[in-house]
Amino acid sequence: MEKSINITLKVWRQKDAKAKGAFETYKLDGISTDTSFLEMLDILNEKLITERKEPIAFDHDCREGICGMCSLYINGHPHGPDEDVTTCQLHMRKFKDGETITVEPWRLAAFPVIKDLMVNRNAYDQIIQAGGYVSINTGGVPDANAIAIPKPIADEAMDAAACIGCGACAAACKNGSAMLFVSAKVSQLALLPQGKIEAAARAKAMVAKMDELGFGNCTNTRACEAECPKSISISHIARLNREFLCAKIKD
Amino acid sequence: MNLFIVNSSIGRKLVMSITGICLILFLTFHMSMNLVALISPKGYNLVCEFLGANWYALVATIFLALGFIIHMAYAFLLFLQNKKARGNNAYAVSAKPKEVEWASQNMLVLGIVVAAFLLLHLYNFWAKMQLVELMHQLGVNVCGDALSKSADGAYHIAATFQDPIYVILYLVGLGALWFHLTHGFWSALQTIGFNNQLWFNRWKCIGTIYATIIVFGFAIVAIAYFVKSVCC
Ligand code: HEM
Ligand code: SF4
Ligand code: FES
Repeated sequence: MEKSINITLKVWRQKDAKAKGAFETYKLDGISTDTSFLEMLDILNEKLITERKEPIAFDHDCREGICGMCSLYINGHPHGPDEDVTTCQLHMRKFKDGETITVEPWRLAAFPVIKDLMVNRNAYDQIIQAGGYVSINTGGVPDANAIAIPKPIADEAMDAAACIGCGACAAACKNGSAMLFVSAKVSQLALLPQGKIEAAARAKAMVAKMDELGFGNCTNTRACEAECPKSISISHIARLNREFLCAKIKD
Repeated sequence: MNLFIVNSSIGRKLVMSITGICLILFLTFHMSMNLVALISPKGYNLVCEFLGANWYALVATIFLALGFIIHMAYAFLLFLQNKKARGNNAYAVSAKPKEVEWASQNMLVLGIVVAAFLLLHLYNFWAKMQLVELMHQLGVNVCGDALSKSADGAYHIAATFQDPIYVILYLVGLGALWFHLTHGFWSALQTIGFNNQLWFNRWKCIGTIYATIIVFGFAIVAIAYFVKSVCC
């Protein structure tokens, strides 16, 4: 069922972090609906290069929805209009012939633009460095039956661990809050025996880092959960709040 | 504790949540009390006398005012911080996902409407009741007619709601309150961590029903007194 469409792209171009950016309009004809969104941008970049123009900078790596590198705010949605997929997994069949597609970078004080559509998401790495790990030596692989973990808990930890740290949650949030990301990282470890031991200290350290880096205060609007490509649930935010408040009250 | 209720985002949200819950509890009491005015205006006036300028009613009023002031101060603080976090560049195109409630994105505006309504309400009732008694006790000269009516809540209800403009203004204020509460109720529980996947929909449903009962309870008194003034 291959079909091809003609589209108009409005792309955010910004020379560097300091420059003032603006939208540029490009027309692309005969794009197969089977191409992915990033392949479509590759085609546009090929065209720009042959025209001796500067290609558009955008982040990407695995192109199979697991690394968290791709970003892009497409027609008002982080990772585009499709549900529960990353930009690299988005296909042109989601767009209509003749459609104008607006492509913007994540816009957030904590994620400054580096160039064009590329933003600096180092803030998320810093939050992980503040406590998103298990510091104890867990030794070799024990027998699977030695530590019994109930299935619902294992499932919930696994769901939280699906977060790829892409930043769509904070990008979508009207408050610029990183709570969905932080809560997924805190939950994933707090639910399991090895991570539980440091759960309180982790929650405090990661939240402190998140606040320090200038992310906003969560007001539970749920835009994060709706836009997250990995369907991380805000029930993890409730768990983070619990972990954090209990830890603070114990102090 | 190093003042986490000021310095940390979750701590600040805890303050919003606790003051919000206190205000909800107050509304519950206030609404139940008002229903007495429907059944028996005399009984209502007994409640009004009981809640005049006594020390316990004044202490409660001060706590209530503090609750409002802290809730509002934090509302503006959070709003400014969140605006800063958002940065200077707005998205050219942004779409609201269907899961996002309208109220959740307009809590500040709804709150400001509620605050304006609150001022009107204080002018209509509190300024003519508890304040008059208080001034009298402090030795300020108040007119005898105002003083004799200061515990006559039923009179003030009737006097206010014979005017359709006030009825409409009150209904608008209550409408904003309804939206504020439908989001605020579950949001407050989520903030203190009292939520999970199972309870999420339950709290939302309970919150909507609760907000509806509260707002309906207030509205029915205003409407009933208006209808009474038209018919009798
Ligand atoms: C009777 C009056 C009020 C009640 C019962 C009430 C209740 C609540 C509740 C329960 C919340 C949720 C807290 C949370 O998410 O943790 C909330 C949030 C909020 N309220 Fe109110 N409120 C009232 C009046 C006001 C007023 C007068 C303002 C005015 C400026 C206001 C502004 C806000 C804002 C901006 C939020 C969202 C903040 C956030 O979630 O962080 N509220 N309110
Ligand atoms: S929670 Fe979802 S949107 Fe946020 S960083 Fe993780 S995967 Fe991306
Ligand atoms: S490029 Fe790796 S998730 Fe999209």
